Order: sequence, then structure tokens, then C-alpha cells
Amino acid sequence: MIDNNKYINKYNFAFIDEATKKEIRRKLLKAVAIPGYQVPYSSPEMPISRGWGTGGLHVTLAIIGKDDVFKIIDQGSDASVNACNLRDFVHTMTNVRTTFDTAEATLIQTRHRITEEALLPHQIYIYQVPQPEPLRSVERYENKTRQMHAEGDYAKMFVSLYESIVLHGAVMHGADYPVMVNDRYIMAPSPIPKWDVPNLNHSKALHLFGAGREKRLYAVPPFTKVAPLEFIDVKFDIENFSGKKCYKTSSNKAFLDELIYDDGSKNYVINDSNYLDKLMENETPQQHTNPYINKIAL
Amino acid sequence: MIRNDDNWLLRVRNLTKIYGAYNEQTVARTGPEFNSNICPDNGSIVACADINFDLYPGEVLGIVGESGSGKSTIVKLLYFDLEKTNGEAFLKPYENDTLNILDESNQKKKFIRNNLMGMVYQNPRDGLNFNFSSGGNIGEKLIMSGNMHVGNIRNRATELLSKTEVPVQRLDDLPAFFSGGMQQRVQISKAIANNPPLLFLDEVTTGLDVSVQAKVLDLIREMQQELGIAMIVVSHDLSVIRMLTDRTMVMKNGRIVESGLTDQILQDPQHEYAQLLVSSLL
Repeated sequence: MIDNNKYINKYNFAFIDEATKKEIRRKLLKAVAIPGYQVPYSSPEMPISRGWGTGGLHVTLAIIGKDDVFKIIDQGSDASVNACNLRDFVHTMTNVRTTFDTAEATLIQTRHRITEEALLPHQIYIYQVPQPEPLRSVERYENKTRQMHAEGDYAKMFVSLYESIVLHGAVMHGADYPVMVNDRYIMAPSPIPKWDVPNLNHSKALHLFGAGREKRLYAVPPFTKVAPLEFIDVKFDIENFSGKKCYKTSSNKAFLDELIYDDGSKNYVINDSNYLDKLMENETPQQHTNPYINKIAL
Repeated sequence: MIRNDDNWLLRVRNLTKIYGAYNEQTVARTGPEFNSNICPDNGSIVACADINFDLYPGEVLGIVGESGSGKSTIVKLLYFDLEKTNGEAFLKPYENDTLNILDESNQKKKFIRNNLMGMVYQNPRDGLNFNFSSGGNIGEKLIMSGNMHVGNIRNRATELLSKTEVPVQRLDDLPAFFSGGMQQRVQISKAIANNPPLLFLDEVTTGLDVSVQAKVLDLIREMQQELGIAMIVVSHDLSVIRMLTDRTMVMKNGRIVESGLTDQILQDPQHEYAQLLVSSLL
């Protein structure tokens, strides 16, 4: 761990200056007030490159307080490179306590996963978003996509889902499955797997999304309806892990990673490292109530 | 051109489109009598001015004229592709037939476009999205009007493609791989997907070879008789006008110079430009 005292007095608390923090907070308030709406913001310079989690970092540093407990995951893991470095940076600049324990954390920054453990009302979930515009795949012009959002004109998005169903038999958005927030805006939930999408619906926690490179913030407030896009006869569904199980815990009621060994053999392991650790220690962490898990035969 | 009864489907009054700055003189100093639609003062272009007509249900109205005479502009204004400078348009099946549809909000305009109108462009790339399959293109119209059932969308798209004589097995192919005539048929399928009472055809057969032209025109005429859609047909080709339309408006320099029954105009043109046009018909 880096010696905090060497840096802590040379920079403002949480690195970003107070005026810029205020600007980001104001934009966050706007984002919370209009669920799913992308609010443009300044995206100030950070000591990491844009596109490497600056959006999430901006949000974290703008709202972090001295009493917060900070957790950061990268694809479910507390210990991967992106998570470690950003954790070090936040710790260095704020001296707040960091943790691996989901239940203990108050701020959870994440890259492309939602923790398996259920979120609590006082927690804030912060996403690093590479592409905030869900309509980008069907409309490349920004002024047009903004107009489409303003007018609620989402036919093209549904046509792209229709095309996918016709060509492949299912909607092939493995990650970043488009969702309708509060029956108004289509939103990109950041590249979380389909498994995590239902956990956004009526979640107790506040979800904040930051896209630093694209300079957009958006939010899903607690207890907001988040519905994945679907047709009447072709419904949204999550990944089906039936017949597969975690080789450490024998569970398949969590998102599984596929491990491929040198000899070609495969194993599966729970992706969320903190959840896995808790299961290994025979704790019983409270999982999200995900209605889709019970529908599929595990 | 204007009957005094109340059965009209589309009523257009004083429709004007001017590119550039304008005042009262701009319209007064352009037109067929000046043989120009460019304002001599400031170079503003009067694409069309003082267009008045009524369209009746099930009727086919032709707009004919040389290129640059403003015929496509009228159709594009009515389909909201262009923003009008001045004028009013009323549509009977819309919620209130005293509302000027050209002044409605964008959402309302989209609703009208998707449910009460159809458009077939000269270039299929304007009317179709070439990144989507032909079924997806037709589906776009159906989804816009709230049909969210993949099975129903496919059934309707199949039905429309067989009606327009596109091989049904091409339902999931991209229109980029279709011949020009087939692209035009897919465009027609898309335009009539929601059974609109009104269809605009903007130079639909220009650019197709003669035998394909004849087939597409046959198709349009059959459809018109079967479905009873009112149409506005824009063409510089008098044989298209003769084959399809009941009434015709002849345009020059952004103004209607003559209008009446198609047979009458073709047999006995009154305006000198209309006479020139008819005499040049092979």
C-alpha cells in the first residue's frame, strides 16, 4: 500500500477540486431526477486515461465522504488489475476504509458486474460505462439518437432485436442488454451480463453510471422499474447454467466463469469472488431476488 | 380542383416552401409568368407556393412537371420530410380535422406518418434501412404502431411480400442484395404495412427498366383498386400519370398552372406549358 501521508495534503480530498465535484454532483442530481436520461458532464482530466474507468471514478470521487467504506470490483473480482489500481488511487486520495465485503461497503464501484449479494438501501452502486448510448448500434449520429430519446422513438432498437431473433433465434446481446427505465428511456446498463439485468429492477440501492470518455452520467434511483426489452412472444431470459456447477462450491445459482485448462478440459467457478469466498466459509450471503433464476431448471 | 363538399381526405391550403429570406414580393416576383422560381432581389428559391387542393378518399392525384418545378417538395412537405414555410394541411382521419398537421409536434407527426400515411421514394435507400432485412424494414413500421409480437410481425410481412410479389423466402435477406424492382416492391410493402388511407409515390418507377416499370405500375394499380388507398403520384412521366391517376395537377416554377381530370388534361391541355408537355409525349 502506498504511504498516504505523502500525498494526502498535496491534493484536495478525493483528488477533484471542490468546484468540479459540485458540478458532477449537480449533474448526478439531474440524472437521478430523470431516471435513464443521459446527462452530459465535464469529464475532467484524471491521472488515468479516458476509457479506463474515469466515468466511474469521477462519480466515486465526487460523492465519497470520509466515513464511506469503499469496494471496487472488476468483472466480479476484487483483486484484478483495474480494481486494485483504482482502489489504491481512491484510498490514497481520500484515506477512506476499503473492503472486499459487499455487505460492509457503502460505495461499490464496478466494472461490468453487479455483486451476487443483495444490495442494501444505504449502498450506492457506481458503474464504469464504455458506451452510454444504447441506440448507437442502430443510429450513429448523436443528434439523431438524442432526438429519438426525446421523442421516445425506439422502433429501430426493437427492429435490431427482431433481426437478432430472426437470424439467431434469440437476442444476442450477451452483455449490455438494453433496458427500459421507468417506462420512458431506453438505457444501456453498461456491459453487465444478462444475469445481472433483473437485479436493477426495483433495487433498494442507488445506481449511478459514469461514462468518462463519452462524457455522460445517468442513474437508476432506488425502487425504479427497469424492464429489459422484449417482445410479447419472445421474452428476455438470463444465462442458463443448468448442468454446470462451480467446482469449488457445487453451486450454479450464481453467474459462472468458464475456466479452460491447457489440456482442453473445462471447469466452472463463481464469478463474484467475494460471494465465492463467503460460500467457501459456509456463510449464507443474502442473494438478489432474481425471478429469472427460479424459472430456469438449475 | 376544389369541390365544395365535405368528403375530403386531405385538404391543402396555401402550401409554400421558400429556401432563403423572403417577403411578400418574393412569391409575387417568381412563378411561371417570370419563368423562374428564384427571387430576383435576393436569390431565394421558391420551391412551391400557394398550393391548394383537396384529395378525396380512394382518389389518385397526379403531380406532373419538369424537374425543379416543386412536385416532390409538396409530397415531402406533406410527409414531414421538409419543414413548411407557410400553409395548412388537414387530414380527415386524424383526431381533429381542423388541426393543421404541419404545425403538430414531432411525436404527433411521427404518429401520422406511421399510421395514416405511407411514402414510396424514388431511391429505395431513402425509404428502407439497408442494415435491416426486408422483414425488419416492414417490421419497423409495425413496431412503431405498437405491434410487439414477432410472430405477428412475420406473418404480416410475409403477407405483404406475397401481395407485392416479392419471393417470400427473401423475408430475412437484406434489401441490398435485391434487384431495383424488388427493392421498390419492399418499399411499397413497408409503406402500406399499417393500411394507411393515404400513400405518396415520389417518382417510383424512375430508374427502373421498362419491363420492371410496367410490373411495378401494375402492382400499384391493383393495390389501389384492392385497398382503395388515396394516392398522390409524383412523376415527370406522363405515361405513369395516364396509367395511374384520376386527376392531375401540372406544375411549373413552383406553381400549379393547370389542374383537372387526367384525361381532360392529356386530351385538351389549356396552359401553354401543359400543351408543351403533352405534345412532347411520344
